[in-house]
Amino acid sequence: MHKLRLGSVANRRKVQIGAVLGAAALAVTGLTVPNAIAAGKPITIGISVSLSGDFSGDGVATQQGYKIWAAWQNAHGGILGRPVVLKFLSDASSPTQVVTNYQKFMTADKVDFVLGPYSTKLTKPASNTANRYHYVMLEGIGGGPSVFSRGLKNVFDVSASATYQLVTYAKWLAATQKPQPIAYATMDDPFIQPMVDYARAYLDKKGFTEAVYKVYPAETTDFSPIASAVAATGAKIAILGTMPPDGYAMVQNFIQAKYNPEQLIMASGPDQGADFTKSVGITNTEGLMVPNTWIPTSNYPGNKDMVAAYIKAYGGDINAINADVPEAFAAGQVLAEAVNKIGSTDNKKLQAYLHSGASFTSVQGPVQFAADGQNSGAAPYVFQWQKGVYLPVLPLGGPDKVSPIETMRPDWGTTPGM
Amino acid sequence: MLVLQAIIEGVLVGGFYALMAAGLTLVFGVMDIVNFAIGALIVLGAYLSYSVCNHLHIDPFLSLLITTPLMTGLGMFIYVFLIKPIKTNRVVMSLLTMFAVATLIEGILDICYNSGFVQIHASYINNSLKIGKLNFPLIYVLSFLLSVFLLGCLFLITYRTKFGRSLRASMQNPVAARLVGIDTDRVSMITLGIGIGLAAIGGMVFGTTNAFNASSSYDIISRLLVIVILGGFGSVGGALVSAIFMLVIQDVVAVVWSPVWGSTTFYMILILVLLVRPQGLFGKKGVRAQ
Repeated sequence: MHKLRLGSVANRRKVQIGAVLGAAALAVTGLTVPNAIAAGKPITIGISVSLSGDFSGDGVATQQGYKIWAAWQNAHGGILGRPVVLKFLSDASSPTQVVTNYQKFMTADKVDFVLGPYSTKLTKPASNTANRYHYVMLEGIGGGPSVFSRGLKNVFDVSASATYQLVTYAKWLAATQKPQPIAYATMDDPFIQPMVDYARAYLDKKGFTEAVYKVYPAETTDFSPIASAVAATGAKIAILGTMPPDGYAMVQNFIQAKYNPEQLIMASGPDQGADFTKSVGITNTEGLMVPNTWIPTSNYPGNKDMVAAYIKAYGGDINAINADVPEAFAAGQVLAEAVNKIGSTDNKKLQAYLHSGASFTSVQGPVQFAADGQNSGAAPYVFQWQKGVYLPVLPLGGPDKVSPIETMRPDWGTTPGM
Repeated sequence: MLVLQAIIEGVLVGGFYALMAAGLTLVFGVMDIVNFAIGALIVLGAYLSYSVCNHLHIDPFLSLLITTPLMTGLGMFIYVFLIKPIKTNRVVMSLLTMFAVATLIEGILDICYNSGFVQIHASYINNSLKIGKLNFPLIYVLSFLLSVFLLGCLFLITYRTKFGRSLRASMQNPVAARLVGIDTDRVSMITLGIGIGLAAIGGMVFGTTNAFNASSSYDIISRLLVIVILGGFGSVGGALVSAIFMLVIQDVVAVVWSPVWGSTTFYMILILVLLVRPQGLFGKKGVRAQ
């Protein structure tokens, strides 16, 4: 454990440097000066982010989430009383580059900790590398089942597992609607497809049939045949495993095909804030649903600070905050809580503690790790766009207040009462 | 009916892919350069149209009156200042140069527009024409008509003008073309300008049918290369036929079987075609060996 002895000149200098770093981080994100400023030798954390390539939209949001967390953490005493300094390298969305980046962090930079990149695709190779160098990898945005099926003991996801993210909706559907045909289409992504497949298997057991089930490759740019196949079924319920740009194109193709499902839920897309509303048009968002692990208005620790800091630093409003921001923030929060608890920067001790069944709190809610590293304490939400506002509508009877769900979407481009 | 719908969509979307590929194949035909920056240039064209539409509040198709000359000028600029000065190992060096141009464009776009997704809007973009049970998305119909018109113009320029004769001569044998007094540098400069000008048009259509960011180029470039390889490097007609063929195959397989097998099926056909005709469907055997 590193203790500060303020008597020595060297340590006074460390204190000054730490204070300057902490203040600089606060200035960048606009957080208010707290009651405890971190000081001493910085805790360095290496993170690979996708600032270009396929994941660049989410990669930037991921970096924003981590930056805001670091500033917030420093404003709350840092980790072990020491300021947090983040080191970023861009991986260009490449599984090869992400490995190189983490190797550099762990061998050349000798960082204290690493946090996860964006996506399951990158978290898999990144966590392998971290395991090789005996580093823990906490992450919030790479929770595809394939990350946890390899027997690694060093990777932990603070968000709700991908597999279960559509289950809240599926359970509600089975409980409130008569069995009927459902149209499915999903990208062949290791995070997205399991979400749809698990919900599909659950609904199959409850008597809901498949009107169509289409899997499309990630590099697809022409969605018209997939949308046509879905539209041709006339299914009243459509469940789509989309990433942001695909979901936007799919909506456009549905409008062109004059296909108006009564319920339409997408794995990702409607949670992208202003990007989504600008791309599909605000009047076309009515009734669209998406699972999410975070409520913007949540009272969980740090959430209000995070939202305020985000808006101050990057503009927009509460609905414009990308879901990647709290997911990255939560990974940092759990890291800090765990390291402060064990009082050491030893990754081996940290790994043992994370596996101990201990509970943590984050902006996304409770976190508790199962043996495979998935968060068994999370309860995924379902959000719905209603009259231009992004509202939590499920789960019913959960810890947070949710709005009534809109069960019948209006025709595209129409929003009653708006 | 679903298969017929897929064929129609394949033909319509194939038309605008052909337009984007036409620039790529023309540039290769004249200059022996595989323009690896074509994807980034198409995205640049999309962003330019997006900005013009948003700031001047004009129709995306009208924005082409501004963006196409700009991009044509950019193409000529790239030729004069980046390609022409390369004196040795021109094929490889120009390949690297265009790759650098692509990286530079992506970086600048990332800085200027950040990495969020945007899309070009117009009142009619979500409209479609319904004939019987068939659906014709209006934006695809308009872009297909524009593509056919522009490819027709390109054909007329290539086969009915003095510049076209110079261009074809430069494609067939650049050394002989120079010997008979053709300014092949000027032909190359104009060709790259036309090729990149077409990217502006393709970019506008891409931007109205897809949400895009600076990194969207990666999904475009592989498709365009495949279209050009199947059609035959240097053949504009080949680009049109292979683009439509590719999109129809992919769309039909997607609706009948699975979208995952759409690309695979097409690539299997591509391999078979190349085994029989290594120069592509409409490429001329051994032309570039001269």
